[in-house]
Amino acid sequence: MKRAMLGLLCAASLMACMTSIHAQTSDNALYTPDTLHSANGEAIFHAICQGCHMPDAKGAVGAGRYPPLTGNPHLASAQYMAATILFGRHDMPSFKTSAEPHHGFFGNTELSDAQIAQVIHYIRTHFGNHYLDSITADEVTAMHPQDKPSPPKP
Amino acid sequence: MGQAMQGEGSGFSMTRRDLLRMIGVSAGTAAMYQAMSTLGLAAESPYRGTPLLHGAPRGTSVLILGAGLAGMVAAYELRQAGYTVQVLEYNARPGGRNWTIRGGDRYTELGGDTQHCRFDHGQYINPGPWRIPYHHRGLLDYCKKLGVPLEPFVQVNHNAYLHNSHAFGGKPQRYRSINADYRGHIAELLAKVTQQGKLDAPVGKDDQATLLDSLRQWGALDKNYAYVRGPSASNRRGYDKPPGGGLSAKPVDSQPLQLHDVLDSHLWRGLTDSEMFEFQPVMFQPIGGMGRIGEAFGHALDGLIRYNAKVTAIHQDERGVTATYEDARHPGRARTAHGDWCICTIPLSILSQIPMNVSAAMTEAIGAIPYAATVKIGLQFKRRFWEEDEDIYGGITSTDLPINNISYPSSDFNSGGKGVLLGGYLWGLNAYQFTAMTPAERVRRAVQYGSQIHPQYASEFENGVAVAWHRVPFTLGCFAAWSDEARNKHYENLCQIDGRIALAGEHASYLPAWQEGAVTSALDVIGRIHQRVVGGAA
Repeated sequence: MKRAMLGLLCAASLMACMTSIHAQTSDNALYTPDTLHSANGEAIFHAICQGCHMPDAKGAVGAGRYPPLTGNPHLASAQYMAATILFGRHDMPSFKTSAEPHHGFFGNTELSDAQIAQVIHYIRTHFGNHYLDSITADEVTAMHPQDKPSPPKP
Repeated sequence: MGQAMQGEGSGFSMTRRDLLRMIGVSAGTAAMYQAMSTLGLAAESPYRGTPLLHGAPRGTSVLILGAGLAGMVAAYELRQAGYTVQVLEYNARPGGRNWTIRGGDRYTELGGDTQHCRFDHGQYINPGPWRIPYHHRGLLDYCKKLGVPLEPFVQVNHNAYLHNSHAFGGKPQRYRSINADYRGHIAELLAKVTQQGKLDAPVGKDDQATLLDSLRQWGALDKNYAYVRGPSASNRRGYDKPPGGGLSAKPVDSQPLQLHDVLDSHLWRGLTDSEMFEFQPVMFQPIGGMGRIGEAFGHALDGLIRYNAKVTAIHQDERGVTATYEDARHPGRARTAHGDWCICTIPLSILSQIPMNVSAAMTEAIGAIPYAATVKIGLQFKRRFWEEDEDIYGGITSTDLPINNISYPSSDFNSGGKGVLLGGYLWGLNAYQFTAMTPAERVRRAVQYGSQIHPQYASEFENGVAVAWHRVPFTLGCFAAWSDEARNKHYENLCQIDGRIALAGEHASYLPAWQEGAVTSALDVIGRIHQRVVGGAA
């Protein structure tokens, strides 16, 4: 019984290893709201996006689902993706940098417009996606003119 | 008072700024409370007892979607009132987010990672709600009705730690000493300016004498109104050697920290948590885990709940409501359930993906609320070193590390056996990043971070469980994160009875994330539906 349990656990941790190829390497420091500004598109995907959309970008299905970011026709529009990241969609929160940052109990996680453009580019050129067009930081900024320009990268 | 001090000389201005910042503990609390209220986190429960529903027409049926607390409260009361009730639940168990993980449990998160909990018998972790304020009367009433025994939940423990990895060389400080030193220095400063006549304008002479008296008591000051090493300070902040019995029993006083060091450490930020309305003692927890409530409800509703039912569509017409569902374990074959009315408690994160013919305004509301990210991690240790080595019995250590909190078990005190800690309660960016890791990596990190506070982790850790709420298959997130703007625009639309459908759950309350929000929203909605039914509005 105990051995069977152990066997199951080994299998589980092996699977864990296999699925964590894209996870952050084990001893990287986590991003803080300040250091997050230095993260590029790839790093942002693996630190944040893959929590729901999964390390292989294939999404997941439970009582509801997280849409895949591969083979998904919505990805054809970089503007659609930018709007989703800027303003949130359904249960997905907004990740834009606001003129008036929200200092609530849980705070907001803010990406600059350049970072939003980068993470869109990363997703649209990986995971079997081969889009050739891209969106610029300025184009992302133009989508939320009511907010101040995002702070420059340090 | 701030105004009276505006005219003081510049020599005082540095101290004054510090002083105002310190006095700002009350303003700060108010500001924090304001922010919490904005989120609905500090609102009082509107519970006024369960509604007495008279005259339910014979054979009127209500279909309830979701066997979390909201759904089960609705089912419990409506059945009692004479309605025919049926509940569909996605999970194989009752409770929803009211959930306890115990040894032997298996949990598969979205993405497929499965955790086999290896806690010892009697050990558990509550991945969701874990404490009940004394004023959450609705939930407490159901605990009483269902025979769920409670015990105190220790929220504040003066011997737990406040920890800032960048202060005091990363050495955790006892809550007790930071609390005493912060107060002591504030009291001394206030006493000083009072004696210097600088408060003559706002405070009369008689009141000044009383104020000085109160400051001496409040701050543990000596006879000269100084906060210094001595018996009165030690009696608050603790001793270098506590008093005992026998020959070498004489206590040795401890040395208070300098004001600058206390301020600079920012550990004062951790002093007000338990002063907030939701966290003021006494708090409770069900003996054996929060999940005991959901289990008891499930038992009381035996036979009414269809488990493993994944709802895929909800349709209403003038005669009633039909939910289409499939077996969550073997999807494919569509089945239907019908009710004259429907109370839907499915979290908005999931409901926003389910076709349902309600008004455009309600549909918009359902799709407009993001769900908060949180992560909780339970860690089992070979021995209760926090009790044995550090005299910490229950309560919470706060830290600037990503784990935010370590909470010590509020049960089995001094028992000498193993124990399970809440090894991390993460939110915001930290929660996103932990969600993105495998469960094993979350546990590993929690142990790594926690060992900076408790070095015993390294040798005593046995196993752990980590729940990231955005990966939980039945909620896809922790709770509805309402903004003021969203509430103004959508809340009333969300809470309407739309034809024959109404929503309930923590998302339909001003108590988001609290079980009391689910309970009171369910009681509100069944009262309103009953009015419609007996009023013949339908």
